[in-house]
Amino acid sequence: MSGGHKLSCSGIRFLGVLGSVCREAPAHRLRLTGAVNQPDWTLQIKPWIFNKYRTIWSRSYGVTFSCLNRIKRPPWMRLYSTSQTTIDSSEVKTFQALAHKWWDEQGVYAPLHSMNDLRVPFIRDNLLKAVDDHQPGKPLSGMKILDVGCGGGLLAEPLGRLGASVIGIDPVDENIKTAHHHKSFDPVLDKRLEYRACSLEEIAEETIETFDAVIASEVVEHVIDLETFIQCCCQVLKPGGSLFITTINKTQLSYALGIVFSEQIAGIVPKGTHTWEKFVSPEKLESILESNGLSLQTVAGMLYNPFSGYWHWSENTSLNYAAHAVKSMVQEHPGPAEFVIKEDTEELQANTSPSLGMPEELKK
Amino acid sequence: MAARLVVSRWAAAPVAARAGPLVTCRRWSGAAADTVYDVVVSGGGLVGAAMACALGYDIHFRDKKILLIEAGPKKVLEKLSETYSNRVSSISPGSATLLSSFGAWDHICNMRYRAFRRMQVWDACSEALIMFDKDNLDDMGYIVENDVIMHALTKQLEAVSDRVTVLYRSKAVSYTWPCPFLMADSSPWVQITLGDGSTLQTKLLIGADGHNSGVRQAAGIPNVSWNYDQSAVVATLHLSEATENNVAWQRFLPSGPIALLPLSDTLSSLVWSTSHEHAAELVRMDEEQFVDAVNSAFWSDANHTDFVDSAGSLLQHALALLRPTKVSARQLPPSVARVDAKSRVLFPLGWGHAAEYVRPRVALIGDAAHRVHPLAGQGVNMGFGDISSLAHHLSSAAFNGRDLGSMSHLTGYETERQRHNTALLAATDLLKRLYSTRATPLVLLRTWGLQATNAVSPLKGQIMAFASK
Repeated sequence: MSGGHKLSCSGIRFLGVLGSVCREAPAHRLRLTGAVNQPDWTLQIKPWIFNKYRTIWSRSYGVTFSCLNRIKRPPWMRLYSTSQTTIDSSEVKTFQALAHKWWDEQGVYAPLHSMNDLRVPFIRDNLLKAVDDHQPGKPLSGMKILDVGCGGGLLAEPLGRLGASVIGIDPVDENIKTAHHHKSFDPVLDKRLEYRACSLEEIAEETIETFDAVIASEVVEHVIDLETFIQCCCQVLKPGGSLFITTINKTQLSYALGIVFSEQIAGIVPKGTHTWEKFVSPEKLESILESNGLSLQTVAGMLYNPFSGYWHWSENTSLNYAAHAVKSMVQEHPGPAEFVIKEDTEELQANTSPSLGMPEELKK
Repeated sequence: MAARLVVSRWAAAPVAARAGPLVTCRRWSGAAADTVYDVVVSGGGLVGAAMACALGYDIHFRDKKILLIEAGPKKVLEKLSETYSNRVSSISPGSATLLSSFGAWDHICNMRYRAFRRMQVWDACSEALIMFDKDNLDDMGYIVENDVIMHALTKQLEAVSDRVTVLYRSKAVSYTWPCPFLMADSSPWVQITLGDGSTLQTKLLIGADGHNSGVRQAAGIPNVSWNYDQSAVVATLHLSEATENNVAWQRFLPSGPIALLPLSDTLSSLVWSTSHEHAAELVRMDEEQFVDAVNSAFWSDANHTDFVDSAGSLLQHALALLRPTKVSARQLPPSVARVDAKSRVLFPLGWGHAAEYVRPRVALIGDAAHRVHPLAGQGVNMGFGDISSLAHHLSSAAFNGRDLGSMSHLTGYETERQRHNTALLAATDLLKRLYSTRATPLVLLRTWGLQATNAVSPLKGQIMAFASK
C-alpha cells in the first residue's frame, strides 16, 4: 500500500478504529499461510508455538485487510461478514477450534495470561487512587470499564472479579463467543461482564461519558487512525476517567527484536506481519492524548522474559510499555490550556475555545 | 484464496503432564441448584478448619464463598473439662502467629495452654544430650490440647458464618475433575458429590483430609508412604511433685523415643513411640506397672556401654577445652506418680509424602500432603505452615482478580512448601532410623554427632529457627 492511500473520513471512522493494517497489500498478506500479526510479546521465540498463532491472528486481522479493499461497504455491515469471500470456511472451522486456546494458560496465549500480573495491578491501583475508600474484596465495585479489543476476555475477567462492571468489545465474533462462553460458567462474572462484537465507533455513540475507565491493551499498534481511536476513547470516558494503554514502542530496539529478529532472522513471524511504522512511541502517544484532552499520568516499561514466561516492570520503555492517562474534568472542547507543560503553541493559537480565557488554568 | 494451514492437533504438554487420568467431564447444565463455591476445604480437622478460618478472615476474600466439609459432628465444648485430654500438640511460635492472625489464639489463651522454654533431648545408649533454649528463655513453643485448638477454631468459624459455610456430618464420596481444555459443554469447575447425593461445584478444592486423603487418591496424585514398625502411646501423667514444668523432655530409647510434654505444674503428657507389641502391652498393663515403666524409661542407664561412654566423655573433654564456658549436665525429668485412668491410647505411625501438592484446581495441605513421626513435634506445625503459605498466595491472587484454581499461584505454594517439608521429613525419618539401633558404630556416630551439635550454638539456633517456622 503506498503512502498515498487515504481513506475517506467515514471509511476511517468505521474501519480505522479496529483491526490491524499492514502497509503491504492485503492480498499479499493473505497469501501467506495464515498471515499473522506477531502478537505483541515480541520476544516469543518458540517457533512451534507460532504455527498456532497464525490461524488465530489471521482471523482477527486478516479480516480487516479485506475491509480496506471494500471501502464503499456500508458501515452497518459487520466486518465479519465481509470475510466470507476471502476467508476459507475450513480456516473458519480451524479457527473455531483454536479459539478455545484463549483460555489455555500454558498455550499460545500464555504471555497474555502472564501479562495480567502486570496489567491488572496497574489498572487496579491507578483506579483506586481516585477513590477515597473501597470495599475490601471488591475494590473496583461500582466502576464501569470498557475493554477495547478484549479478545477472549483475558483482561475483562480479572477486572470483573475485582468488582467492576466490564463491557468488552472485539471485532471478531469468535473471540466474543469464546469470551461469552467462558464467563457463562461463573455466576458472579456472568452478571458483571458483557461482551459485544462491534467496533468502538458503534458503541461510542450509545455510551458517551459513561465509563470510569477505558482499556486498550495491545490494540493501538494495530489501529489505522490512532487520532480517531483516542478521540472515541475520550468520548466514552467520564470526565476524570482513566485510559489505560499497553503497546509497543517505536525504537531501534523494537525494530531489531520485533521485526528483524522475529521476522527475518528467526522466522518466528512472517515478513510483514508487524509494521514498525505503526508502533507508537510514548511521546507520540502523549501528544495525541494531550490534543484530545487526556493528560498522561504514568508511563512504565514492560519486559517479557521468554524463558520464564513472566513479565517485569522496567525503567526501559523501548520495547513494551503501559500508559495511564486521565481525562480532564472540563466538559467542553478539550483545550491544551489544561496541560501546560506542552509546547504545541500553534495549537494554542488555533484553539478559540472559551475555556482558553482562564489564565489560571494555564498555570496548572 | 485458500490459505494452506498447518493444523497440528497438540495437547499442551505441560498441562497434560499434570492432568492425570482424564475423567468424564461433567456436562454443564447450568443448574441453578449447584452453587459454585470459590473454595471448598475437604476435611474439618485442625488443619482444615484453620485453613477455612484463614481464608474467611482474609480481607481479599470478603466477596468469596467458602465451604468446609467435615465428616464428623460439630464438637461443642460448653465447659472446659477438668481432666486434660490425652491428644496434645506442640505449637511452634510460627503456628501461634497464624492462629492469632484470625483470632483463635486469644480463645486458646483464655482456655489453657502451656509454654515451654527448654527442650532436652538425650540418648539412652550414651551420655550425649542436646539442650535447646532461646537466648532470653523466651517461649520455644506451646503445648495445647487438640480439643482446645479445635474449639477455638470452631468459635472463629462461627463468627464469619456469612462467608464460610460449614457442613458437618458430610462426607465427599466422589469428585469430578474439569477437563484441561474448555470444551463445549463441560464445566470448568471441580464437582463434589456428597454422601447424601447432593452435588456442589468449586473453583478450588483444598484437600485437608488426613493421611488417607480421599482428595489425593481421587486426583491420582502419587504418594510415597510406609508404615513404621512403631505405635505411639499417649497418656496424661501426674507428676510426683509440682514443679515449674516448662521443659520438654525426650529420650531416644532403642525401641523408640519417649517424650514428656508439660501441661501444667502437676501434669504432663506422654508420647511414647515403641514397637507394636510393647505399645499394646503398655496400654494393657495396670497403672503402677505403667508408671514404673515410664520412670525407668527416663532414668535407667541399662543401655549404656563402657566403650561408648568413654568415647563420649573423650569428645566432651575436647569440646570443653575449646569452649570452656558451656557445660551441659544431664538433667533428669520429673518423676511420674500416677497416670490418668482411661487416658492411655495408642495409634500407629507412618511416613508419607505426596509427589505433588497441587493439580489444576486442587491443593493438598496438612497430613494429606505429608505424614511424619511425632518425634520432632512437627506434624501439625508443617500443616499450619502450609496454611500460611497457601493463604498468602490465594490472598494475593484474589487481589489480582485471578482465577483461584489457576496453577500459576498454586505452583508457587507447592514450591515453597515442598522445599521446607522435604528437608524436615527427610531429617525426621533419618533421626528415627538412626536412633532405632543399638549397634555400636551407629551409637558412637550419633553420640559424637549429638555432642558436637550441642556445642555449636549457631547450628542449634538454625535448627530451632527451622522448626519454629
